[in-house]
Amino acid sequence: MPEFLTLKEAVAAHLEDGMMAAFEGFTHLMPYAAAHEVIRQAKRDLTVVRMTPDVIYDQLIGMGCVAKMIFSYAGNPGVGLLRRLRDSLEHGWPHRIEIVEHSHAALAHAYEAGASRLPFAVLRGYVGTDFPAINADIRTITCPFTGQKLAAVPAINPDITFIHALKADRAGNVLIEGIVGVQKEAVLAAGKAIITVEEVVDSFESHPNAMVLPHWVVTAIAHVPGGAHPSYAHGYYARDNATYKEWDAIAADRDRFLAWMKTHVLDVDETVFANRVIWSAGS
Amino acid sequence: MTDDFTPDEMMTIAAARMLTSEDVCFVGIGPPSAACNMARLTHAPGITLIYESGTIGTAPNVLPLSIGDGELCDTAMTTVSVPEMFRYWLQGGHITVGFLGAAQIDRFGNINTTVIGDYAAPRTRLPGGGGAPEIASLSQKVFVTMKQSHRAMVETIDFVTSFGHGKGPGDRAALGLETEGPAALITDLAVWEPDPESRELTVTRLHAGVSRAAVQDSCGWSARFAADLVESPPPTAEELSVLRELKARTEKAHSRTG
Repeated sequence: MPEFLTLKEAVAAHLEDGMMAAFEGFTHLMPYAAAHEVIRQAKRDLTVVRMTPDVIYDQLIGMGCVAKMIFSYAGNPGVGLLRRLRDSLEHGWPHRIEIVEHSHAALAHAYEAGASRLPFAVLRGYVGTDFPAINADIRTITCPFTGQKLAAVPAINPDITFIHALKADRAGNVLIEGIVGVQKEAVLAAGKAIITVEEVVDSFESHPNAMVLPHWVVTAIAHVPGGAHPSYAHGYYARDNATYKEWDAIAADRDRFLAWMKTHVLDVDETVFANRVIWSAGS
Repeated sequence: MTDDFTPDEMMTIAAARMLTSEDVCFVGIGPPSAACNMARLTHAPGITLIYESGTIGTAPNVLPLSIGDGELCDTAMTTVSVPEMFRYWLQGGHITVGFLGAAQIDRFGNINTTVIGDYAAPRTRLPGGGGAPEIASLSQKVFVTMKQSHRAMVETIDFVTSFGHGKGPGDRAALGLETEGPAALITDLAVWEPDPESRELTVTRLHAGVSRAAVQDSCGWSARFAADLVESPPPTAEELSVLRELKARTEKAHSRTG
């Protein structure tokens, strides 16, 4: 049975400086509220993992929480580049983070290997590319049956994974619907799983093949309505694409970025998220 | 027919024309997404569009800003997990066309979306590979669409994010790739296709009203033109109206007042 905690309690109790932490959600259901709590608690030296670092990691990097990032696409999709990440890599502000770079296929496979408790993943990947020259974790393996050469990457096993989900029931089982991304793999690969949810309900009333994470793989649950904003929650609120577009100008300037973070993250708590979204009819 | 169209519109329409109703297309975000949805809304209504977020057979009413907008899931035939998408559907060989963009491309269709300058001390850090490295190697063929410029079309790319035809004939086969690789580059000025012998991207079609000089002036290598060079028909009135309505709906949906 997971503990039902406030987000502040969950982050304070389970995330330590220096841990490897994944904050997953593939465009959909990104755990922004959890990342903001991590920033407020000034966690440091984290190794963060995420397929699509996006604005959520731009914020963590810019606020100095990150020592190392494992990723496969670091952009603000449809808008441009991550300016805080660029400032770190190109100018060392606030410090230069270490990066370990994969393709989506490889990182998805690496999470899957982590969830399967295998030491590595095997795929037809990286053929002809320069990735193996910049990432020593990309190796070649020979199939023992056919002799084919295939790519191998180490499993990803975070110390802790944060995700945002639609619903938890009172026993602590968790429901995800819509674009399910790599959340199941990221949770099962991790030592601990902290999950923020839109709602806590008596029963899911879902369908037989719904993605449910059983309560015995969940460490803690925090009820944070709107907690994925400006990402979205299927059936609750849509992706706030205007905010994603506006982020580009905010992140372009260090002072403007810091001022924005003070107003919208440091000086508030997770209860602000419910007022940031436009609730869908019926949600 | 109309003469009143922009090079950007011509690029999207020419790229859309490359697709058919039978295609199962893995769609990159940005210009490829516009082209693929244009095809679906005009001559290729049966096309299956797949985005790396796991949405299969999606039919968005507006162009998604990201590869995982809710619109893609709401209108999809089915949505699978991201590992399943890459493992079963792409690596499994079900994708007929991978449609990609590029920050830098060379004459053999090798693509860089990782970094400009030195990797360890980048001049410009780009987003990275995402799905593209394996889309490029595992789709049955690849189309690339991008605007021409000296910055984008270069003699030597700074990082091979997605492998095209390498340095020429036989390079894909030598790496064990059985897929076709880049089969067309559709720009705002022309359509380029690999020469059957040398595999070098060669201009096979100029868009309506575009000169050879304009193509060469915005390309960083010495461009080759096919002997049987033809002109792309200009956009039809229907193509233009479908595209402009799609763009208008998209703009409205993603704006603060949308």
